[in-house]
Amino acid sequence: MPEVTLVEAINLALGRAMEDDASVVVLGEDVGVNGGVFRATVGLQKRFGSERVLDTPLAELLISGLCVGMAVQGLRPVGEIQFMGFLYPCLDQLVNHASRLRNRTQGRLTCPMVLRAPHGAGIRAPEHHSESTEAMLTHIPGLRVVIASSPERAYGLLLAAIRDPDPVVFLEPTRMYRTVKGEVEDNGDALPLDLAFVVREGRDITLISWGAALKETMAAADALTVDGISAEVIDLATLKPYDENTVLRSVAKTGRCVIVHEAARTGGFGAEIAATIAERGLSSLLAPVTRVTGYDTVVPMARLEQHYMPSVERIVTAARKACQFG
Amino acid sequence: MASKWMANEGLPVIAHFEVCHRNYLAPDGSINRPLPVFAADANLLVALYRTMVLLRLFDRKAVALQRTGRLGTYAVSLGQEAVSVGIASAMREEDVLLPSYRDNGALIWRGVKLEEILLFWGGDERGNNFSGPVHDFPFCVPVGSQAPHAAGVAYAFKLRREPRVAVCLFGDGATSKGDVYEAMNFAGIHKLPVVFVAANNQWAISVPLRLQTGAETLAQKAIAAGFTGEQVDGNDVVAVCAAAEEAIAAARDGQGPRFIEAVSYRLGDHTTSDDASRYRSPEEVQAHWKEEPIARLRAYLASQNMWGKTDEEQLAADCHERIEAAVERYLKIASRRPETMFDHLYADLPESYAAQRRELAGGDDA
Repeated sequence: MPEVTLVEAINLALGRAMEDDASVVVLGEDVGVNGGVFRATVGLQKRFGSERVLDTPLAELLISGLCVGMAVQGLRPVGEIQFMGFLYPCLDQLVNHASRLRNRTQGRLTCPMVLRAPHGAGIRAPEHHSESTEAMLTHIPGLRVVIASSPERAYGLLLAAIRDPDPVVFLEPTRMYRTVKGEVEDNGDALPLDLAFVVREGRDITLISWGAALKETMAAADALTVDGISAEVIDLATLKPYDENTVLRSVAKTGRCVIVHEAARTGGFGAEIAATIAERGLSSLLAPVTRVTGYDTVVPMARLEQHYMPSVERIVTAARKACQFG
Repeated sequence: MASKWMANEGLPVIAHFEVCHRNYLAPDGSINRPLPVFAADANLLVALYRTMVLLRLFDRKAVALQRTGRLGTYAVSLGQEAVSVGIASAMREEDVLLPSYRDNGALIWRGVKLEEILLFWGGDERGNNFSGPVHDFPFCVPVGSQAPHAAGVAYAFKLRREPRVAVCLFGDGATSKGDVYEAMNFAGIHKLPVVFVAANNQWAISVPLRLQTGAETLAQKAIAAGFTGEQVDGNDVVAVCAAAEEAIAAARDGQGPRFIEAVSYRLGDHTTSDDASRYRSPEEVQAHWKEEPIARLRAYLASQNMWGKTDEEQLAADCHERIEAAVERYLKIASRRPETMFDHLYADLPESYAAQRRELAGGDDA
């Protein structure tokens, strides 16, 4: 099987989805001739024409609103927002329309759309290009929030998102776009949504993460073996609805849990997981559930951003502390 | 207009625009100019008249229901019945309507049952699963946010080469929003089959038009998006119909979008939760009663011997009967079971939310 980068896997999935289903339409700023600012849509306009791979005016609210109208009319729109920091104008459409159209019409109208956006810091980008505000999206009833952290999962999950009958926000870890490679067979096989992936088995502690932070989380799991600590690592993948069962099953086995996310701590999705474990898994806990997160600050620009993101050291320290508790 | 800040003498004018105003029926029902061909169809004019009267009486009943605690907040169309009824009358079944919350008239014309409208305003989502065209959108509440949907719908029509048109209704306040401009801009670029209609009733709750825009007309906002904007007398249903017919036909014919500003006046409160006497004078409202659309059309129909006193009495009785029967059906509709609030959240309810559903149903997940 060929080795591809994460962004190439996204491109393969988009191409496959468009090939298989004539109703799939890709739209966004610069997605056509230019192939997207990260080249996720490169070559698609040549293959499928400018009607199906559509350069929109510079208007993010419009992109999300168009997706709603297209989806209701039976198209399968995949909108691209260039950076997560530019996604906020779309919130009105996501909250008030995309996520609730099925409910408010009692199933008469549905909204099978995907909105893609890069996620997270670490590429030395300007302001507003490093956001990881996924928790905000997970608070919207009726929406799905998915984030990939490997080329294989990017390919399979994006195909699943496009085929899903409900709206999905699909987040892509920006600093992993070209830094990770994986074997992806372009066979059209989707991966299941709403399921977490146990990417490393272990018995002493559960480390839960998603997106690019999974890289440091895996490195921390490696480092912990020096201490004789066997860490289980979970890639949550779908944040809404999230797979509580896999989390609870793992914590029941290990008795300890550290949640790692790049997003700011307060109200971050780690709090949701910690609350679930407190409610439904307390009896199996041998130590408090802790979080290693971005700080409650604006994501700093390039000079300080490395200090903001959860480092391998911070994760290792938190995991050791959990293992030594009591 | 030249000023000391505009040294334009001798500079070439590179663009020139006009905005037309359309009116056929004067407030007393007399004719200002030759009527369009469709107006020779007495059945059509009478049908428009009947629907406008039904809407006015239905509104009155809905307010009474709200005042007696049997309906939630409701938005009446008083004074602007000609706009949504007139626009809808020019649509085909296969076209898609994207209405705002004040467009009961368009829904009624398109076959939505009165009890379904009451059910929505009575706080039940099933009212949006209505028996009008299955592809029509439900009322849009966040002002103007349906305009991008209309552009998306129209894009789908164009992509599939379908001769269908999206018709998007909103109020004057919506034209202040980026949503509407973004949608019109996109529609202009791709020459989409969509008609945008601003029901300019002069007031966005308490804010008058002069504080909504510095522009002379709303119609000219289309010019920035690259297509024609027209102003019509929104109290003249013949003018509304004529503008809508032309715009919809042009859009269907591949000539791209149009914008219609229908100038009317909101004679009532914004909704049943509003008291318009706080921000406008009775004299102003009284003056506008002289221009309202129903009396105007009735005067014209009477002058053409298309309508008489017995017709009016019969219509009142018909409307009363229809409305009372609908209210009776509405009041008999039982609430859904609480757990059904989950039933249309997703195509398949994810397991983690299924537990919450069971909790609501009285299960042991609590």
